[in-house]
Amino acid sequence: MSAHTLDLKNRATGDKIRGRLFYALLLVSVTVGFVLLGTLLVDVFRKGLPFVDGILLTEPPSAVPERAGARPAILGTIYIMGLLLVMAVPIGVGTAIYLEEYANREKWYNRLLELNIQNLAAVPSIVYGILGLAFLVRGLGLGRVTLAGAMILTLLVLPIVIVASREAIRAVPDSIRQGAYALGATQWQTISRQVLPAAIPGIATGSILALARAIGETAPLILVGALTYVAFDPTILGPFTALPIQIYQWIARPQEDFRLLAAAAIIVLLVILLTMNAFAIWLRNRYQRRW
Amino acid sequence: MSEMERAHIAPVRIGSVDERILTERQERVVNQRRDVLFTVEDLTVSYAGVPALKNVSLDIYKNFITAFIGPSGCGKSTFIRCFNRMNDLIPTAAVQGTVRYHGADLYAKDVDPVEVRKRIGMVFQKPNPFPKSIYDNVAFGPRILHMRGSLDERVERALRHAALWDEVKNRLKASALSLSGGQQQRLCIARCLAVEPDVILMDEPASALDPISTTAIEDLMHDLKQEYAIVIVTHNMQQAARVADMTAFFSVEVDQERDHRTGILVEYDTTPTIFTQPADKRTEGYVTGRFG
Repeated sequence: MSAHTLDLKNRATGDKIRGRLFYALLLVSVTVGFVLLGTLLVDVFRKGLPFVDGILLTEPPSAVPERAGARPAILGTIYIMGLLLVMAVPIGVGTAIYLEEYANREKWYNRLLELNIQNLAAVPSIVYGILGLAFLVRGLGLGRVTLAGAMILTLLVLPIVIVASREAIRAVPDSIRQGAYALGATQWQTISRQVLPAAIPGIATGSILALARAIGETAPLILVGALTYVAFDPTILGPFTALPIQIYQWIARPQEDFRLLAAAAIIVLLVILLTMNAFAIWLRNRYQRRW
Repeated sequence: MSEMERAHIAPVRIGSVDERILTERQERVVNQRRDVLFTVEDLTVSYAGVPALKNVSLDIYKNFITAFIGPSGCGKSTFIRCFNRMNDLIPTAAVQGTVRYHGADLYAKDVDPVEVRKRIGMVFQKPNPFPKSIYDNVAFGPRILHMRGSLDERVERALRHAALWDEVKNRLKASALSLSGGQQQRLCIARCLAVEPDVILMDEPASALDPISTTAIEDLMHDLKQEYAIVIVTHNMQQAARVADMTAFFSVEVDQERDHRTGILVEYDTTPTIFTQPADKRTEGYVTGRFG
């Protein structure tokens, strides 16, 4: 045996204490987040749940809280989602394909395009609302219609769809493209038959999350002219409202009953949102690939 | 017993190549008819203006296995990618000189690289099956090329040819990614055979595989050369000695001043000559393991 005895004892050194402190700090952050969100949810559900019923889902708003529903707002939100899907996804995915597969980064206009997209993602939504009002509602003379609202939300979420799609496309390994090219595939065959199918789970997940972001937007819709009180079913080219607007309007009412209705509408919105997010997570896990 | 099988029992070792096998092969290769398939003249490939390979001239023959050997960075992978214009996919790559295929210049202005790649197949270093079923992997080529005839038959023929059919015939719908590495590489070969190319380029096809899979691929190459020309890049000298009829040795020239490393063709001859009586000192140093 050597004279030196092996010492493996655990001691509280400065480094270890700092490590534990940091861990405690992280726990506090997590707790604060959960408690706040939990309180909010409990409050909303406690107040609103009794009001989530047939009337809320199928009746138009009314001056009498007992008969008031959110049917036009729910329909408006569904229409906007549908329009958003057919506008934002093709444009966003198309842009992503161009930037990832075709664009030559050496060219100044492609770099400008990329810079623009990154900046657009950071523009506050109210600015999009002002643009919508000036350009779509007045400039193009569309008026205060569902389509204008959907178009402005399309612009708002486009950067999200583009970034998510680009990442999904970039995640497809180059060896797949090379394999297709080596068999005599054209660029379009390579993209449409190999790259896009492999990227679709990522693109779908990103698109759903973008829609989920749009569904809760209020400010741009108010500016584009969503009405706060719509007693009829909206149409694509007619006046409209949406769930966040309806919630906003009900909360602003003095009667307590309307606030409870607002809580009920928030539950409806939350359920839609969580369903979409859950679907996105399911998609991601279901089709996740390891190369 | 075929020559290949014997080669596996008595593997060729660097520095002490099995003379008997090489002598036999020398006789065969020297006497075999040589139909020129590719003629490369003074080829130089540059990336972003820096030459990666320069002044290469050689002929490649039908029904021969031609191996490119040499140290890392000698441009052998760059070179093999010139034969099916895969370097076109790298925006900064520039090719000078000519590559003639059946007499036609592959780099002429009016040549469509897609047409070139239909005829000249390629197998990559790392197996790269598409994330689809085994069947769809093989069927991809015939589908995009709108080839006539029964797709099922074509897929079966390609898989049989690549010696994979018996292992996968009961699970053609299974994902290609569920196959082992060696099976994936044979699937990639089958995928390449399904479009009935003239030539198969293999860029270190066995470097990511275990010895048993490597043997399977080498046996396969031996069968395939009855119908195709095979060009193979390999790091593994024993592999070149085992499978190739002709071997080209590439080396690196270092430009100290500009810190450029450029590949050059040192020597091109029959495999037995390269491994036993190389004309160039550098080749001798490399094949005997004195120079890496």
